[in-house]
Amino acid sequence: MRERSGTFGATRREVLASSAGAVALILARPARATLESMAAAIKAFVGEAQVQKGKVALEIPPLVENGNSVPLTVRVDSPMTPQDFVRSIAIFNEKNPQPNVAHFHLSPRAGRAAVSTRIRLGDSQNIVAIAQLSDGTFWSDTAELIVTLPACVES
Amino acid sequence: MARALINVPAKAKRGDIIEIKALISHPMETGYRTGADGALVPRDIINRFLCTYNGEEIFSADLFPAIAANPFISFTTTATQSGRIAFRWIDDQGRAQLETAEITVE
Repeated sequence: MRERSGTFGATRREVLASSAGAVALILARPARATLESMAAAIKAFVGEAQVQKGKVALEIPPLVENGNSVPLTVRVDSPMTPQDFVRSIAIFNEKNPQPNVAHFHLSPRAGRAAVSTRIRLGDSQNIVAIAQLSDGTFWSDTAELIVTLPACVES
Repeated sequence: MARALINVPAKAKRGDIIEIKALISHPMETGYRTGADGALVPRDIINRFLCTYNGEEIFSADLFPAIAANPFISFTTTATQSGRIAFRWIDDQGRAQLETAEITVE
């Protein structure tokens, strides 16, 4: 059976070659962070330690119109004494191009373990906050939010 | 580098927990955005923020492209003594901007 040429006189070979090119173009676009890359970023932060739920409160609006600037606050239930304090707080996301958002380093002098910032979100997703306490334990909280106009898409 | 706004109470009682807010104008270009010509705009972000109280580091942060433009950070510290609270932002090129605030502790 003879191969029929494609539309506009393109041969089957040419059509296949151009679609391969299109695939390469799609792959060249920035990869999105996935659950796996977030898990890898979390592992880089916590190492082999177990992450427990609790102590951390991640405050973020459940629905935002604009993903370019989303207010976020993390509070950790800690006395913040030299014996028992929050050493660091890290924030991770699922679907931005990179899984890391920010790492904050605190000291007992903070008095309270509370940090606020504004973040960018490329899609509706889960945000994870993990706190490392001075005794080496890790505690986390997760928040899901919906973004109606994501960041990172406009030019 | 840029215009910065910092908010530190001018006066505090010894032992008070004070809230510190720091904002700096910066595009925080992610490196994932395309410009008008269709080419990727190169990444340019502030990746480090440090705060010292009379020379002692009290807070620092590693920032990633997921931080919004004009990065805003708020945190707390215990007012221990009168002196200077200094803020330093460092960008991808290694350029740093320093701002300071004076606090009187009674």
